Amino acid sequence: MALTTSRPVAKVLWGELEEDDGEDLDFLLPPKQVIGPDHNGIKKVIEYKFNDEGNKVKITTTTRTRKLANARLSKRAVERRSWPKFGDAVHEDVGSRLTMVSTEEIVLERPKPLGSKNEEPKAAGDPLAQFQKGAVLMVCRTCGKKGDHWTSKCPYKDLAAPSEGFVDKPPTSDAAAGAPGAAKGAYVPPGMRAGAERGAGSDMRRRNDENSVRVTNLSEDTREPDLLELFRPFGAVSRVYVAIDQKTGMSRGFGFVNFVIREDAQRAINKLNGYGYDSLILRVEWATPRTT
Amino acid sequence: MRPILMKGHERPLTFLKYNNDGDLLFSCAKDHNPTVWFADNGERLGTYRGHNGAVWCCDVSRDSGRLITGSADQTVKLWNVQTGQQLFTFNFDSPARSVDFSVGDKLAVITSDPFMELTSAIHVKRIARDPADQTGESVLVLKGPQGRINRAVWGPLNRTIISGGEDAVIRIWDAETGKLLQESDKESGHKKTITSLVKSADGSHFLTGSLDKSARLWDTRTLTLIKTYVTERPVNAVAMSPLLDHVVLGGGQDASAVTTTDHRAGKFEAKFYDKILQEEIGGVKGHFGPINALAFNPDGKSFSSGGEDGYVRLHHFDQDYFNIKL
Repeated sequence: MALTTSRPVAKVLWGELEEDDGEDLDFLLPPKQVIGPDHNGIKKVIEYKFNDEGNKVKITTTTRTRKLANARLSKRAVERRSWPKFGDAVHEDVGSRLTMVSTEEIVLERPKPLGSKNEEPKAAGDPLAQFQKGAVLMVCRTCGKKGDHWTSKCPYKDLAAPSEGFVDKPPTSDAAAGAPGAAKGAYVPPGMRAGAERGAGSDMRRRNDENSVRVTNLSEDTREPDLLELFRPFGAVSRVYVAIDQKTGMSRGFGFVNFVIREDAQRAINKLNGYGYDSLILRVEWATPRTT
Repeated sequence: MRPILMKGHERPLTFLKYNNDGDLLFSCAKDHNPTVWFADNGERLGTYRGHNGAVWCCDVSRDSGRLITGSADQTVKLWNVQTGQQLFTFNFDSPARSVDFSVGDKLAVITSDPFMELTSAIHVKRIARDPADQTGESVLVLKGPQGRINRAVWGPLNRTIISGGEDAVIRIWDAETGKLLQESDKESGHKKTITSLVKSADGSHFLTGSLDKSARLWDTRTLTLIKTYVTERPVNAVAMSPLLDHVVLGGGQDASAVTTTDHRAGKFEAKFYDKILQEEIGGVKGHFGPINALAFNPDGKSFSSGGEDGYVRLHHFDQDYFNIKL
């Protein structure tokens, strides 16, 4: 611990102290404290020292230790560690920063999120769907057939013109139809133009927006599993998301739930809009697509 | 996990290779300098200067003493891994595409591209223990397949050579006589160019990636198709975990189409599949272009990917990766 000699000793009123003792007043300070590391690898070190004016300062250092792969190295690998650099690496600038740690946390993204397991039985003759067979509830808005399939499963989906009733369709999808878009003079990305190979990408984007329900006025304690529990009874859920404030780690009070089937989403909206949840009244509505 | 980004190359990556101990990572790119990195923290150890063209492939000897690189400048070079010194240059009449040391590091198999009126060929070279005794003569030259041969590796006990390339056929050759022993048949084989071929840790099976948007797992001895992994994008690179039953496929749309589409549509992820169930486990994002090269650390706890964007991304797995259940 470095102590500056310019520190005025007079400020510390210890008359009994001898002059040369003034050089070493460390014993007056509380001992160094080390807290952790806890299960998140966060370690706190609290130190006390005198600053230039002779005031006591508390220094708290919080560090996060991350355990990388605990490698067991062979002798030769340890030897290689001390090999001198060669080639272009010899004259490497200190500031060149060839090696950097990503600032972004990358996760192994699972292809099918929560609730996906329930998706398949539904497609393959869900008891609920069987029960509702012939019921007025199951009306395909594309081909108008009753009780045979849901709109999203309609075999004629691609043939029919897109219905105007779709709220959650991005407005660009009309332009994407090709020729009319060009006539209007609106910019159509080459990948979306007529004749261009329609990649799975646009589909992927659509799927994310489709049947998306926005839930607002959530209580701060609500987490994704809670939301899933709340919405699961209405049908298979493909995605649940609760917005979390990056800084505080608290919920920002809104979230999104994507349903596999649009009708399920509609039922959830009808039932849960205005529903009292955790002392707050939920607002549940169709998510409007992002304009960008 | 927070990947380590290594930006040592100015051009797209072509190949990645770990040494046997898993402490060094060799990277090849279309710029002319193969580079070696420490595989734990991504620090650059050195570059191998001397090639005058894109470097397509490399291999390192088991004792990590020698490096062999194949380049589009129509040469294959042997290097001292520690000093970066050139030991020997094999000259060819066409670009060298793939190199592979045999078990024991006494032989190397090199493939050369079709060029002008030359057809593609597979060359077997003897690697001398002392670089002073090294000669450029071929022990064996195999010809026959049409188009470029993208990868040729040694089979078990160096008895066979397995090759795959533009004609989408996997061939097994006798490494002694040069006779064609087996060919993958039309039904079970790939439909388009085979871009990569990687052996399992024990050599009992191997994985091929192809532009037909699939990767296939084959038995090395019988050349029977074991598994097929289907994806949405052309597969440029494949890797197999030595630790878990996972395979990784890397790829993405053609580099020429990248600028015209949304980056999310490119699917520039490294896709993890369960080796046995053939089901997708997940994807690791990050590259701003197709993935050209993939390699698994021999300890199975980290992997690296090299992309068209010129970056090598080194990923040390989080603990939860080892507990993933389908």
